Amino acid sequence: MEFSLFPRDLFAEVERLQRHMQQALELSPSIRGFARGGFPALNVASTPQSAEIYGFAPGLDPKTIEVHLERGVLSISGERKSDLPQEGGDASVHTNERFAGRFHRVISLTDDLDPNEVRATYREGVLHVSIKREASAQPRRIDIN
Amino acid sequence: MTEQTSNEAFLLPPVDVVEDEGGITLYADLPGVTRENLDLHVDGENLFIDGRIALEMPKEMEATHVEVTRSRYRRVFALSREFNTGKLTADLKQGVLKVRIPKAEHAKPRRIEISPA
Repeated sequence: MEFSLFPRDLFAEVERLQRHMQQALELSPSIRGFARGGFPALNVASTPQSAEIYGFAPGLDPKTIEVHLERGVLSISGERKSDLPQEGGDASVHTNERFAGRFHRVISLTDDLDPNEVRATYREGVLHVSIKREASAQPRRIDIN
Repeated sequence: MTEQTSNEAFLLPPVDVVEDEGGITLYADLPGVTRENLDLHVDGENLFIDGRIALEMPKEMEATHVEVTRSRYRRVFALSREFNTGKLTADLKQGVLKVRIPKAEHAKPRRIEISPA
């Protein structure tokens, strides 16, 4: 039997499970849904002028992140390398929770977004994609002659 | 040894922990945390990781989908005596915290010679 130096706390596990259950009960706004628990975790918000997407993707080289927007569907993909040592060495892995490998997440956004007005930044491991709404979709005051 | 959690609402950052002959290396995912917003400290035999997410957000923003529900990370690890926390080094890069804690000299494994009879 193996003993971990830092065994995971049972209560922490229960809390994590509860969080997943709670999130699963919330309604998804789209048929593509937002598959939860994937990498990177996503927060999406909207303003009257734009859609704001935050991808929590730490430890990446921003040049390797692929972001595509097509007809209101945003996809984020890339690969995250493992920091764990190669097998067969002297080091032993006690805990392995961090995501490693290829990732690909797709989210449906509203269809009033302008694909030519996308701005993406990567800072402190957070990918922030800001997409402007099309000018014609923005509320405006109509003058009465 | 053990890991402690509190009932307060914190995000539990995922970690990798690797041990080699010289010490232990811990990697923690803390996306959104800057160096100024990270509090890493050793108290007694506990290692505390505490970080706050600071994101630039536009005004009039309305969340439509939220997976990261809190803005604070916290995780505590109990260390054993063989680690020399005085020589702990830490590095935060693109939301990944790397902590290296060397073992005290006396705790490093050494080969014991068997003298001939």
